[in-house]
Amino acid sequence: MNRHHWIEYQKAVAPDHYFFGRSCIRQTFFTGSETAFIDIVEKELGLDICDDARQHTCTGIGYHSDIIPFLTTSTVIARLFALMTEKGYKNYVPSCITTFGLMSEILETWEHFPETLAQTREALYKATKREFEVPENISHPCDIIYKYRNELKQKMKYQLVDKNTGEPLKVVDHIGCHYAKIFPTKGIGGAEFPEVLSGMVESWGGSIVDYAERRQCCGFGFRNYLVQADRGYSVSNTYKKLESMAPYEPDLIVCNCPGCTMFIDKWQYTIAEMEGKTFDKYGYGIPVLTYEELAGLLLGYDPWKLGFQIHQVQIEPLLDKIGIKYNPEEKFASASGKQLIPPEKPVNLKV
Amino acid sequence: MIKFGYAPVVSRTLDLDSSDFSLRDELIREVPSYKKCIGCGGCTSTCSAHQHTEFSILRCNMLFRRGKYDVLEKELDKCMLCGKCLLVCPRNVNTRDMIIKMRLLVQHKNKKQ
Repeated sequence: MNRHHWIEYQKAVAPDHYFFGRSCIRQTFFTGSETAFIDIVEKELGLDICDDARQHTCTGIGYHSDIIPFLTTSTVIARLFALMTEKGYKNYVPSCITTFGLMSEILETWEHFPETLAQTREALYKATKREFEVPENISHPCDIIYKYRNELKQKMKYQLVDKNTGEPLKVVDHIGCHYAKIFPTKGIGGAEFPEVLSGMVESWGGSIVDYAERRQCCGFGFRNYLVQADRGYSVSNTYKKLESMAPYEPDLIVCNCPGCTMFIDKWQYTIAEMEGKTFDKYGYGIPVLTYEELAGLLLGYDPWKLGFQIHQVQIEPLLDKIGIKYNPEEKFASASGKQLIPPEKPVNLKV
Repeated sequence: MIKFGYAPVVSRTLDLDSSDFSLRDELIREVPSYKKCIGCGGCTSTCSAHQHTEFSILRCNMLFRRGKYDVLEKELDKCMLCGKCLLVCPRNVNTRDMIIKMRLLVQHKNKKQ
């Protein structure tokens, strides 16, 4: 029998000088996450990160929906690498798990089929007159936060602890499929023991819930969602996960994938309005956070600047549990301080 | 409740922890040859009812073993008790008797519930 050692499940994460790639979904649904990540890297850790305004989609959603062919995707990604090369960086940090998975897939293809790399270089040059170098390191932002989790802990104002009982909060970690299920060596802990989020949570004082459907997909799955009639498959996946974790009464869910964060959050509203079922004791649902939002909250960033108003499951019960101070009047205030009209309330899901 | 144009799919996962296998032992006591079944499907292939309907002894056997008694009651009613299955069974399972006893046990169980 072959023995596996923990060292085989580790990956190299570049220590500094990152070229940041933004996500299409995250900028829409988790508006404060990427800004929080840049702030954490620059202000808290004092590292160098480049946020290039010329960047664009990776085509991930189109590619996984069979709309965009491989060579087109490869060339679009090569353009992102070209922007990185022009700025003098060698470490690419894609904010989205789909982009991370897609870049890993393309680098692997270029390695095994060098003719596809030559074709891509030619296509990119013909289209844009640009050239690129293959990145030396591709790390997801969660890899970087995981790498510096103990340094960040020193700066945190709060811990993942219930302020009334002193008990660690029960946290569900959900790892996006494209993080390590496609290429297990590209993720910390591989596909079997992904440690990237659980490591952060445990380091910041929380305890991890190990439930039966922990490795189940969130249900996004691209094709499962695009056609309305198919969305039953998507919602069923999430339903199965939520049903499995509910008996453990988790305080929050933390995800590293934009699709997972969005679906586990929004489907709680859909299930509540469709069947009247919620997965916590009080009918508010289980809050779903990105790892940057979680880090930002514990570092003492303003919850409304982190964009928690946009979440479907509201964050206030969790903030009260940890003891994080916030101003309820600023929840729906615009940047100029003007009060905006709050969104309509759901019927079954309490807000 | 809002209709979104889709709904969660009912899970077909068999949860062995919550399944009821109480009738299986009773059937083995009543029809000991039931234990010899190897699930070859010979009974179903020769079944007259199976030629014209979706009735399948093999499926009934599977539903019984899984404790799906609610679905099984209607299914067992489709058997005409002709006994052709008895002739082809390579393990000499008393299939006709098995169906009769299954019916009684399942009816009794469902009535109690």
